[in-house]
Amino acid sequence: MTSKKARLIQGNRACAEGAMAAGVRFFAGYPITPSTEIAEIMSEELPKLGGKFIQMEDEIASMACIIGASLTGKKVLTASSGPGISLKQEAIGYACMTEIPCVIVNVQRLGPSTGGPTSSAQGDIMQARWGTHGDHPIIALCPSSVYECFTLTVTAVNFAEKYRTPVYVLMDEIIGHMREKVILPNIDEIKIVNRKRPTCPSNEYKPYQIDETLIPAMADFGTGYKWHVTGLFHDETGFPSGKPKVIEEQFKRLMTKFDKYSDEILSWEETEAEDAEILLVAYGSTARSALDAVNILRSEGIKVGLFRPITIWPFPEKRLKTLAEKANKIIVPEMNYGQLILEVERICKDKASVGGLFKFNSLPITPEEIMFKIREVL
Amino acid sequence: MRPELQKLFRMDKLPHIWCPGCGHGIITRAIAEAINESDLDLDKTVIVSGIGCSSRAPGYMHFDTLHTLHGRALAFATGVKLANPELNVFVLTGDGDATAIGGNHFIHAARRNIDLNIILFNNNIYGMTGGQYSPLTPTGKIASTSPYGNPENNFDIPALAIAAGASYVARGTAFHDKLLIDCIKEGIKNKGFSLIEAMSMCPTSYGRRNKMGNAADMLNDLKTTAVNINVAKKLPPEKLEGKFLIGKLHHKPYPEFTQEYDKLIAKLQKGAE
Ligand SMILES: Cc1ncc(C[n+]2csc(CCOP(=O)(O)OP(=O)(O)O)c2C)c(N)n1
Ligand code: SF4
Ligand SMILES: [Mg+2]
Repeated sequence: MTSKKARLIQGNRACAEGAMAAGVRFFAGYPITPSTEIAEIMSEELPKLGGKFIQMEDEIASMACIIGASLTGKKVLTASSGPGISLKQEAIGYACMTEIPCVIVNVQRLGPSTGGPTSSAQGDIMQARWGTHGDHPIIALCPSSVYECFTLTVTAVNFAEKYRTPVYVLMDEIIGHMREKVILPNIDEIKIVNRKRPTCPSNEYKPYQIDETLIPAMADFGTGYKWHVTGLFHDETGFPSGKPKVIEEQFKRLMTKFDKYSDEILSWEETEAEDAEILLVAYGSTARSALDAVNILRSEGIKVGLFRPITIWPFPEKRLKTLAEKANKIIVPEMNYGQLILEVERICKDKASVGGLFKFNSLPITPEEIMFKIREVL
Repeated sequence: MRPELQKLFRMDKLPHIWCPGCGHGIITRAIAEAINESDLDLDKTVIVSGIGCSSRAPGYMHFDTLHTLHGRALAFATGVKLANPELNVFVLTGDGDATAIGGNHFIHAARRNIDLNIILFNNNIYGMTGGQYSPLTPTGKIASTSPYGNPENNFDIPALAIAAGASYVARGTAFHDKLLIDCIKEGIKNKGFSLIEAMSMCPTSYGRRNKMGNAADMLNDLKTTAVNINVAKKLPPEKLEGKFLIGKLHHKPYPEFTQEYDKLIAKLQKGAE
């Protein structure tokens, strides 16, 4: 391998390179600021790797297109923002229901509607969780740096493959467009996960089998398994079933399939959190300002800490609960009208007081604003 | 059913959900006949559909089958075909599925001339949801959402497909099933976007409201209203009023999308050596 070089690159580029390093060989998308660079890079690089890029006619088509490609065994990605992510929702639900591996990058911009195309925001936290109709499981990962745009996209692809699910990489405009110096890992240092494929004869194959793994094997189209994929409720064989017992069994497996693997799926970062009396819960670009605030205030002897969820969905609930036992106050700074705070309140409400610092005017939250808020509650 | 056709169906999933007299069963059988006569690798054949009565057909067919979202079948199929051009990909869709909610995907898939075989079951109505008017419900006809007669105009599906870039376009009917089989076979041979409009009939949600008689009467309507394009060429225009054409309407091969993309890959990878 070539020796590692320091490079100055954008978050969106790191994301695209992470995807390709993880084995993504199919991308479908539709241009939208601030995610477009990802499509541009994929259009240039994928064909060199023998992969495919297609610019579809809209975002739901892009989502549908990657699901189709995933069924042939390819690792797949799409990227969009704001209105485009809204358009994808019906097809994201289809991927949840049919359990087709795929990764959706959302470089968040200010919304709703056209909102602010070049303005940063973190207003899609709840959309990522509940954007499509009906109960469904989802994984969303939230990078805070250019380096993490690379590593978390690799993780997202691996999770999609391992758990047969759509996975969001939930960036924001600041992270996507920011340039940072990074030394990216070499290909041979990257852990790659491939989906489980059936080895049984085709007449015994059950694409939605309920067993102790909760994650059934998935056959590539064109390999003789001749299976049926439908967004209707289906039994273990994949064919539609309206039987309440079947619906309930499959629904339960679907809704609990990540619980079994929470040790691997949940990740977060703590800074001075153990003994913190005031705990910040911050993610994405906002966590960078929160980190600065913690470092400055600690040097003044104020016991502040940071809990940064990297896996936003499912939320690392247990750990935050433990930290909340010690902290009296929790502050959640977010670039929205108050979204993740709802989850933090749910988890911590009996243990600590929870307050928010919300900014939704297109400007980032500064360390000074966070410090001001902390001094206010001291 | 003949044994060689039986192997193309999931016999354990039959009987189907369609109403007695529905045209969709005849068209589904025609598709199986065409596949059977086309010598395709059945393991490498994928059937994609959207949502509607017609889109339920793949569930009965013994292939890799993908029953997707209302209107989006062509977008899913584009992903399947581009990701693995070795696969033979069929798309089964309804008039509502393909030309209303899926109209944009329809013209863009045609524009790319991607190698898909589309069989569009046109029963002039939204059958599955109980008979609301579709872009193919004739002006003036009664539907549950056009109780005073449909005030809108129709698409001419073959003209739309040709204008958008389809390289093969044909039309058959549930009555002219032999012709329909031939059209589908020819579509399979065409390397590119092949659109076969299959005129179907929905006695339950369309025929009944418009007093078109029973299924046999509706089948007879298809028989008497359709004119083979080869015959039509020799007829004066007034004889064609109120009729529709069947047979091969357009065939103009030109470079196919996934093949062109593979050429690009080969070129880039050669350049890198
Ligand atoms: C997004 C969405 N909108 C509406 C529906 C409801 N719906 C299901 S099938 C259908 C119409 C189907 O008509 P067509 O495609 O002509 O098929 P047919 O049943 O006539 O064969 C509609 C409107 C849906 N399933 N999804
Ligand atoms: S409602 Fe119409 S299209 Fe649907 S199965 Fe019945 S006859 Fe066929
Ligand atoms: Mg219809």
